[in-house]
Amino acid sequence: MTRQERAAWVFAGPVLAAIAAMLVLPVALALVLGLTDYSIYALADGGNLRFVGLDNFAELFRTPLFWRALANTALFALLGVPMAIGASLFAALLLNDAAVRWKPVWRVALFAPYVTSVVATAIVWRFLLNTRFGIINHALGMVGIPPVDWLGDPRASIPAILLFVTWKIFGYNMIVFTAALSAVPGELMEAARLDGASRWGRFRHVTLPAIGPTLLLAAVMSVAGFLQLFAEPYVMTMGGPAQSTVTVLYFMFDEGFRWWNLGQASATALILFVLILGVTAIQTRVGRRYQWL
Amino acid sequence: MAVKRRTIRAVAVNGAAAALTGVVLLPLVWMVTVSFMPRGASSHAPPPFWPERWSWENYYELLVRRAIDGAWFDYRIVPALINSLGIAALATLLGLILTVPAGYAFAKLRFTGRERLLKLLIAALVVPGQVAMLPLFLMFKELGLVNSYAGVILPGLAGVFAVLFVRQAVLAIPDEMLDAARIDGAGEGRIFVSIVLPLIAPITVTLALFIFLGSWNDFLWPLIILSDQTRYTLPVAVAAIMREHAADGELMMAASVVTTLPVLLIFLPLQRFYIGGLLGGSVKG
Repeated sequence: MTRQERAAWVFAGPVLAAIAAMLVLPVALALVLGLTDYSIYALADGGNLRFVGLDNFAELFRTPLFWRALANTALFALLGVPMAIGASLFAALLLNDAAVRWKPVWRVALFAPYVTSVVATAIVWRFLLNTRFGIINHALGMVGIPPVDWLGDPRASIPAILLFVTWKIFGYNMIVFTAALSAVPGELMEAARLDGASRWGRFRHVTLPAIGPTLLLAAVMSVAGFLQLFAEPYVMTMGGPAQSTVTVLYFMFDEGFRWWNLGQASATALILFVLILGVTAIQTRVGRRYQWL
Repeated sequence: MAVKRRTIRAVAVNGAAAALTGVVLLPLVWMVTVSFMPRGASSHAPPPFWPERWSWENYYELLVRRAIDGAWFDYRIVPALINSLGIAALATLLGLILTVPAGYAFAKLRFTGRERLLKLLIAALVVPGQVAMLPLFLMFKELGLVNSYAGVILPGLAGVFAVLFVRQAVLAIPDEMLDAARIDGAGEGRIFVSIVLPLIAPITVTLALFIFLGSWNDFLWPLIILSDQTRYTLPVAVAAIMREHAADGELMMAASVVTTLPVLLIFLPLQRFYIGGLLGGSVKG
């Protein structure tokens, strides 16, 4: 072994060991755990543990709440990703305008919610969304819309949580888009302007292709993020009303750490993993087709 | 005429930027003003935005009464605050010690298996952490780490992203610089400490911020691994207080301020590192 090689292992060895112990090993064990009936009985005495093959998955597919959680999570992602990315892109385009002053100030302020604690701000939003005393219903009342029972009505609970999540995370993609927009070729924009392209036409044919790859990356990361929603429903609604905000992770947590069905919960986590991988693969393919990757 | 139109446009876009910022900051400002209202004062229609009388009573209850005469309160903020600070600081320190040298090794040192390991690390980025949580819980139970601070910190030390992030920054350092030092007889450790570390200091600050805020705001794992209330981190304690005091808006806002304020105090002065890091480190191409 050369001196350099020895040094490299001293430098990289510890973190590789940590990754092996805290990530690789547990993920491998998750595959095994998902095939067992690990429950409170096995937790008390390992002798009660049985290998059940794919029973956990079969059982999950027979559980209505699991399908409900899957549907809710899909709905969160389907509505949330366009909403969050749209908000980010709008803010980035606004701040990209040459006439806007104090850009760094707006940028930092709009980014601030991203670094706050989900739990703390979810509590604030619970308060903002309060049916009688919340500021949101008050604002709606001023334009003549009757109060909405945001967190008590199953039809309003997902939009309510999405409103909060969008507020919290849109600053992240805004920053990423800001960087992408600054790389849009200026000569191309000028040429389009001289050719008489409208504002929309310039956005559609110059800006959009230039920021395409960034847009795709943001979409991939946002989908993964929305599929992992947990703290928001846990703090704001506890999965209610009428189980309308039970997400896959919420289901996993309940199954695993309230009912101690760790085998079942592990199967749920694996399904979530496969879903995230699948959606990412599809997005990558779409991206390739449009030559964004 | 043209000048005038440009002025109107400038006013409009600046107004829009200010309005957007105002709306986004409103929840945070309201959180602070309501936290200073006396109990029950915010439960009025129309919702009051400014306290009629500024009161410290919510903070007094959370930070003082619950600490000194807390026997009959279930959840306490002060121990949770100390736990969160300690855990986040330790996680940051250990995280840096583990990942920064590794990032350097992956960028600049030649060793067998480097490329293969690098590919594996990139692949590991797509694994959602929640998949590992249930087996980790069982492993930690065997090791007696459930309900311990070590149990909270350890999983975070598997810093796949951090290693790649540091590597990206170190790649920019010219090889000639390191080779020159080697010819002068400097050992690898010496090169790392006296040449590489100073050059990547800004990236290290950024990474420290990422790890600190990530640890501070983490919720699901501490919720799983901690069972003893005196060991709760802030988010877990605040969520628990929420379950007892859902109706006490003012008290909950004070708890939110206590959780959010330290983060903003760290973020605001260092924001250019954080925001810059989002772009520099993002996995591009």
